[in-house]
Amino acid sequence: MTMTVPTPSKPWQPTSKNRIENVLVVVAAFVLAGLSVEFTGLSGKLGFFISLFIALLVLNFSFHYLQRGTAAAKDSLLQVLAVMAIVITLIPIVSIVVTVIAKGYKGLHWGILTKDMALASVNDPIANGGLLHALVGTIMMVGGALILSFPIGVLTALYLTEIRGSLTRPIKFLVQAMSGVPSIVAGLFILSSLVYPVTKELSGLMGSLALTILMIPTIARTAEEMLHLIPNELREAGVALGGTQWRTVAGVVLPAARSGLVTAIILGIARIIGETAPLLLVSGGGDALNLNPTEGAMGSLPYYIWKSFLTGGTPEAAARAWAGMLVLLSFIFILFGLARYLSGRKVA
Amino acid sequence: MSVELSERPAPPAPREITTKPRKSDQIFRAVVTTGGMASLVILGLIALFLSIKGVHILAEEKFGFITGSTWEVVTDETGNIVQSQFGIGAMLIGTMLCALIAIIVGVPISVLSALYLTFYADGRVKKFLISVIDLMAAFPSLLFGFWGFIVFMSSAEYWAKLLNKFLGFIPFFDVPAPIFERSPFIAGLVLAIMIIPIVTSISREIFDQTPLDRIQAAYALGATKLAMIKAVVIPFGRGGIIGGAMLGLGRAMGETVAVYTVLNVVYQINWQVLFGAGGNVASLILLKFGEAGPYEVDALMAAGLILFLLTLLVNAIADFLINRFGGKGR
Repeated sequence: MTMTVPTPSKPWQPTSKNRIENVLVVVAAFVLAGLSVEFTGLSGKLGFFISLFIALLVLNFSFHYLQRGTAAAKDSLLQVLAVMAIVITLIPIVSIVVTVIAKGYKGLHWGILTKDMALASVNDPIANGGLLHALVGTIMMVGGALILSFPIGVLTALYLTEIRGSLTRPIKFLVQAMSGVPSIVAGLFILSSLVYPVTKELSGLMGSLALTILMIPTIARTAEEMLHLIPNELREAGVALGGTQWRTVAGVVLPAARSGLVTAIILGIARIIGETAPLLLVSGGGDALNLNPTEGAMGSLPYYIWKSFLTGGTPEAAARAWAGMLVLLSFIFILFGLARYLSGRKVA
Repeated sequence: MSVELSERPAPPAPREITTKPRKSDQIFRAVVTTGGMASLVILGLIALFLSIKGVHILAEEKFGFITGSTWEVVTDETGNIVQSQFGIGAMLIGTMLCALIAIIVGVPISVLSALYLTFYADGRVKKFLISVIDLMAAFPSLLFGFWGFIVFMSSAEYWAKLLNKFLGFIPFFDVPAPIFERSPFIAGLVLAIMIIPIVTSISREIFDQTPLDRIQAAYALGATKLAMIKAVVIPFGRGGIIGGAMLGLGRAMGETVAVYTVLNVVYQINWQVLFGAGGNVASLILLKFGEAGPYEVDALMAAGLILFLLTLLVNAIADFLINRFGGKGR
């Protein structure tokens, strides 16, 4: 008597035959698209992309129709559309990053970290002048905005997670609405409330204040999410040990959310570091290094890029702008990497 | 064996049990509540100060400010203002037009991308793609603007010409003169690229909330992925997706720098999206600000106020839709 031993298998997974067939369909679509660009009126990248798209849809549909009928064929259409959509989403980001690196590295030199543009114009050779004033200005303005918006953002988040008063819903909405305030309106607000009636002068501090308005909602929302992640048992334990709410929040909840709060700070910085419109209105945008935020025009990275593009016109000016963009983009990459790293760690 | 104390300490008096918070907690709650009010205060102040500066312009121009499409200040030799007329009608329509193009192009792509991320991608690919898209959402608008102007413009111009060639009989795609550069169409496409990451991540979060039991029930009944998505995911997430689209609309309407670099701002109402002339409130403010005298700045403040109220309205609708429908089923 023979005994049948069932071999473990996964019938729901595609077999290697399925996989090969799928790859063949895709290859056939590419070949068809190539042929249609070669022999019909369609031309260029767009022509190729469109014919590839149509070929994929048609081939997938007919292949699955022949194999498994109408329902499966329609299902395969959705899959093609979804994959196409994600490809279309990714094309710009790849193009942007490649463009910035390819055009930006030409404008890099060691002097950009030690020189400002006080004695150089944007059309001078690249070796003249640098980014020092813009870097210092951006750091000071972002730092100022951070000092103001971090406490406000965290208090808002604490209200939404710890106090949970009757105003929770409205405040949630207002924070959401605040994140939708157009950046130029933030600039106009600082102009109308402080610059014209009080200081009568553009300065780095005004830039900081405008950026604060844009930074608060990001910090508040991220911090709120992070505080929601703290298990309620921790709060209950704090209260059960006899702590008041204040002691529980200060001694248990906030320390537990430390890395989450740092993430909130980082995302807030990433949100405003490239913000241009309000700085064009209120920071003055000087070319010389200015260490005093309350007096005089202060340069910034976005302003520098903007100015190089719009007032230049020579290849040197463009190279400067792209180099500035490269520096800005690297900041954002670094900040984002940090945020990923921190939020990837488990809550303490 | 016991130790005799010469004096027994008095037993501690039982603590009074009360639900009234202690002094420290009262202070804590007061401080946090005050801090929580910050968003309300700031939004209120924005409306207040922009109104203070801009209200006399609005009073002068009345509805003409919203419907009119001239923006001119005539001054005599000494710099006194002889005559002025401010109307942002063309700019408002232009803003809407660009934002609508962004929504029409961007939202379907975003929703399909979100479907891919939620139901097709798995494991590492999914994680990687999500972080790439989040990163893209953090790119500054300046970057999109200059990339749009220098890299994207030539391709988009070619697409516009194709559209015009084959669909030119539709009034929207007609052009009075063959100028395809810096059109609302191109600005709308750049805005679409900017809002895709935002709308994608909102849609993805909403799709993620679809109850697993319903998804599995659909599969158990023999549904394909398409049938499952049509029967379970879309009805569940429809409101949330519309809300996400509105949020994208709000972003697209308030965008300044990217539109300014890509769009050719012209003071006339233009419905022909492929033609290189359009309007945009935020760009108008940036464009006119540098050369504006005090009186004209007040008019720009009024324009800013209108833009602020408009985005606030759009955000309110978005918030309502997301909260009403997001996270709940039928």
